[in-house]
Amino acid sequence: MSKTIEVRYFALFRENAGVDRESVTSDAATASELFAELRDRHGSTEPLGHCKVAINDEMVGWDAPIQDGDSILLFPPVAGG
Amino acid sequence: MMKMVTDPIQPEELRRALIDPAAGAYAGFEGWIRNRNEGHEVLRLEYEAYEPLALKEGEKIIAEARAKYPVLHAHCVHRSGMLEIGECAVWVGVASAHRDEAFLACRYIIDQVKVRLPIWKKEHYTDGHSGWVNCERCAAHG
Repeated sequence: MSKTIEVRYFALFRENAGVDRESVTSDAATASELFAELRDRHGSTEPLGHCKVAINDEMVGWDAPIQDGDSILLFPPVAGG
Repeated sequence: MMKMVTDPIQPEELRRALIDPAAGAYAGFEGWIRNRNEGHEVLRLEYEAYEPLALKEGEKIIAEARAKYPVLHAHCVHRSGMLEIGECAVWVGVASAHRDEAFLACRYIIDQVKVRLPIWKKEHYTDGHSGWVNCERCAAHG
C-alpha cells in the first residue's frame, strides 16, 4: 500500500539528494526497503550497514515498519568526536 | 548531562562544575582538531549534528556509563559548526570517589559518542577539496 512520508537527509545524504527534506510516496514496507529505493534515486553508494535510521525522532532498526505520515531521518555513517 | 554547543568549549569551566567533596578523582578527555587525516592535510573541520537525537543518545550513553561504573558526575559537551585546527570538538568529564571508575567511565562515554551520536564531520583540505569522514565516497575526496 502506498504511503506518504517525510524524509530528512543529513550530511552526505543531503548533498546527494540536493535537498534536506522531501515528501516521498512509497510502497516500501520497512526502513531498509525505503533506503534501497532512495539510494537508487539519489545515486548514493553507502552500504546500509554503516548507516542509521530514525523514525519520528526514535532510533530504530532497519527492519522497522513504515507507516503513512512517518518522519524518517536517514543518517550516513556518523563521525562524532 | 549531555550538551550540544556552537560556541567554543571551555574545559576549565566545565571541569569546575564537577567539583564535589566526595570526589577523589577526575578524568577528562578533550577531542581536538588535528591537521592531518589519512595522509591529507586538513585546514578545518565542519561538524553537523542532528541535535534532538544527539542529546537523547548522549544522555543514554551517560546513563549507561553511570550504571556500569559508580561515578558521581559524568558530563559530555560536543560542538558543531566550523572548527579550526587545535580547537576542542568534544569534552568528557567524570568525577568519582576513585580513579579507576573515572577513567573507565570517561573512556566508555567518548568511545560510544563517536559511534552512536548523529554527528558528521566534513574535512576541508589544504588543496581545496573536502570530504565527509567515514563515508565510502570520502576516499574520492571530491
